[in-house]
Amino acid sequence: MEATIELTGLRKRFGPAVALDGISFTVLPGQVTGFVGPNGAGKSTTMRVILGLDAPDAGSALVGGRPYRSLRHPLSHVGALLDAAALQPSRSARNHLLWLAHSQGLTAKRVDEVIGQAGLRSAARRRAGGYSLGMRQRLGIAAALLGDPPVIMLDEPFNGMDPEGIVWMRGFLRSLAGQGRAVLVSSHLMSELQDTADHLVVIGRGKVIADTSVADLIAAASSGRVTVRTTARPETMTALGNAGATVAATGRDTLTIAGMAADKIVALLGENAVPFAEVSAHRATLEEAYMELTRDAVEFRAAAAGEGLEGLSPRDGSEEAAR
Amino acid sequence: MTTGTITPYRSDVRAGRDGFGQLLRAEWTKFRTVRGWVIGMIAAAVVTVLLGLFAASGIGASCNGHACSVAVGPGGGAVTDSFYFVHRTLNGDGSITVRVTSLTGGATSDNPGGGGTAAQPWSKAGIIIKQGTGQGSAYAAMLVTGSHGVRMQYNYTGDTAGPAGAVSAASPRWLRLTRSGDTLTGYESANGRTWTRVGTVGLAGLSPAVQAGLFVSSPPYARVTSQHLFGSSGVTNGPTTATAVFDHVSTHGIGPGGAWRGQQLGGDTDLVQGGGYHQADGRFTVSGSGDIAPLVAGPATLGVTVEHVLAGAFAGLIVVVVVGAMFISAEYRRGMIRTTVTASPRRGRILVAKAIVIGAAAFVAALAAAATVVPLGEGMVRRNGNVVYPVAPLTEVRVVAGTAALIAVAAVLALAIGAILRRSAAAVTAVIVVIVLPYILARLAVLPVGAAQWLLRITPAAGFAIQQSLPQYPQVSNAYTPLNGYYPLAPWAGFAVLCGYAALALGLAIYLVRRRDA
Repeated sequence: MEATIELTGLRKRFGPAVALDGISFTVLPGQVTGFVGPNGAGKSTTMRVILGLDAPDAGSALVGGRPYRSLRHPLSHVGALLDAAALQPSRSARNHLLWLAHSQGLTAKRVDEVIGQAGLRSAARRRAGGYSLGMRQRLGIAAALLGDPPVIMLDEPFNGMDPEGIVWMRGFLRSLAGQGRAVLVSSHLMSELQDTADHLVVIGRGKVIADTSVADLIAAASSGRVTVRTTARPETMTALGNAGATVAATGRDTLTIAGMAADKIVALLGENAVPFAEVSAHRATLEEAYMELTRDAVEFRAAAAGEGLEGLSPRDGSEEAAR
Repeated sequence: MTTGTITPYRSDVRAGRDGFGQLLRAEWTKFRTVRGWVIGMIAAAVVTVLLGLFAASGIGASCNGHACSVAVGPGGGAVTDSFYFVHRTLNGDGSITVRVTSLTGGATSDNPGGGGTAAQPWSKAGIIIKQGTGQGSAYAAMLVTGSHGVRMQYNYTGDTAGPAGAVSAASPRWLRLTRSGDTLTGYESANGRTWTRVGTVGLAGLSPAVQAGLFVSSPPYARVTSQHLFGSSGVTNGPTTATAVFDHVSTHGIGPGGAWRGQQLGGDTDLVQGGGYHQADGRFTVSGSGDIAPLVAGPATLGVTVEHVLAGAFAGLIVVVVVGAMFISAEYRRGMIRTTVTASPRRGRILVAKAIVIGAAAFVAALAAAATVVPLGEGMVRRNGNVVYPVAPLTEVRVVAGTAALIAVAAVLALAIGAILRRSAAAVTAVIVVIVLPYILARLAVLPVGAAQWLLRITPAAGFAIQQSLPQYPQVSNAYTPLNGYYPLAPWAGFAVLCGYAALALGLAIYLVRRRDA
């Protein structure tokens, strides 16, 4: 149980603002866990609590079964990148890693290893202040790898990366998980995690909205939906709508139908003599699944704001539905 | 949800031992890898040296026409050894006894018609047994004073009080001094029959043949006539004289051929007048000037103290304070404090490690500066025709190393305040306001003496007392003011005040850093 992060009932307020409102989830080894939510949802605060930087008002955060503040060589337990800009600009990248290494009893040899792993060898002796954001992200990755930890936690690592860097980062995260490490990666853009994350934790307004495997999420978002390709869109919509299905136009000649099985659709269209080119089971993108998932939360937010009430059930349906 | 076949990662990178040493090493690596901070420390040393040399170069010649030397007492400190001495050679053990019937002051340039008036408070008349007539030689004396009663004094700094009260024909005072080996004992009596012991002192290495006899001294007067804002005070000074009348002079143990000889000792400055004596019918009337006492720095004395060439320390301190505050506040500014706390979750230890690193770096830089500027500056002062007051070697070490320690502790204070305020500019301003500002206000005599002394007692600027090389002596009249380099607290006490502030600030910083979210 070394390579885990376990969060139980984390709550944290900053003055009147509730940042974390009962966050619980577990990050398991061997997979990339995407930590997703809009800006201000509480992702960074959660990560700061995990690292013992912020003290939660309630709840606990354990890394490998222990509170972070009790770890003696913490960088050998968790490697984290929170803020790539948190550097002394006049210090070289190598010297930045060197003081970190010295604080953990590690040697300069290990520093040179992670510089190579992060692809920074040619720039390592330059002032970190002259680095682009993408290079700073790589330096942050190198720092996170320094203690060769079983748990890696990165806050928005794709920020500022060029397309080549994003491809590199995806492969890199997958390889870390492939080695059996637990990898937690936050992002405010679901698309960045496409083909990278195995598991997703979605949060909004300090609450976990979904904690699910990516496969389950896409299946749930796709389930029971059918894509119909037809040149006769209005006729199709009328025929299926009259029969009680929910029909949405998703393209010039495509419709997505919910609430009706594919064979029933084929039969109905045949009865009404509506021509169609294709009827197939719908496969949602991660982005769509995410939108589907957060729609309820967004509506709930709008409703609550309109009524000026927070008193509606805090455990609203969206969370249960997502699970 | 997982497949269950995952093997959690096991690292083969071996972490070193956990310990405070690693944290110290990490903070040292942090310090030395920011070029600006290292340059700052070097700049602090250079500024200290340059300003010290500037201060030394500004001292004009003060001993024109006089032998440019200062007597050194048996304790290694600078002394003044000028008085009128009527003496004989005493071989081996013996004693001398006299009765003093009068001690009056003479005219001075300050008080031209003052003949026959009261003597200066610390005018002295009495008997003395002295190693020889050489400047700074060991002695013990029993004496009456202008207004501090009977005293037994020895080796310039030693002073034991006897009965109070002035002498007069109606109320004379008997004095006796006996020698037995290295031990000298002083007695006094009101009637020559019942004697009271005042004190016993050992003068190690006293030779068998010593000079014993009567002496009179009267220290120069000095008056502060005006005080300017940002200006040195106007001072008038000049020599004073005193005249004493002795009778019932008896000696035991004086060898053959021991005639009385009158001699002015020391006194080759404008502040001492020659004296003389007159003997008739067993009465000795002796006039003298000068003082036999430790040398103090003040308006009535010439010469330069060791710490004068360390006057640049406050500027070096300012530079070090900037580096000390930056050493922590730069981390807050960049958010790097989170990386630091993530690497070392025990936050109190981070600040302690930082304090040790910045304190040690500041100490080394300041020590190098002080150890450089003292010999260079002293040489410059001497070449300019002035005197540097000699001090005991340990005192010089205390002044030089103490200056380095003062700057090091100021760096720690700046670090602590930087951690509390989390802003470089605010922290630097705060430290300068509490250390440098009171120091400058007090030293430049901008404030009344009392206010200046209170500033140097209760603010961290009290730490500058560690630089004071010449102690304050109650038995020497002087303006013991910050302007003249005298601090209201003893050197280590003043330094302790600064250390107290630094410890308090560091404690508060540790409390806050532990309690706050990083």
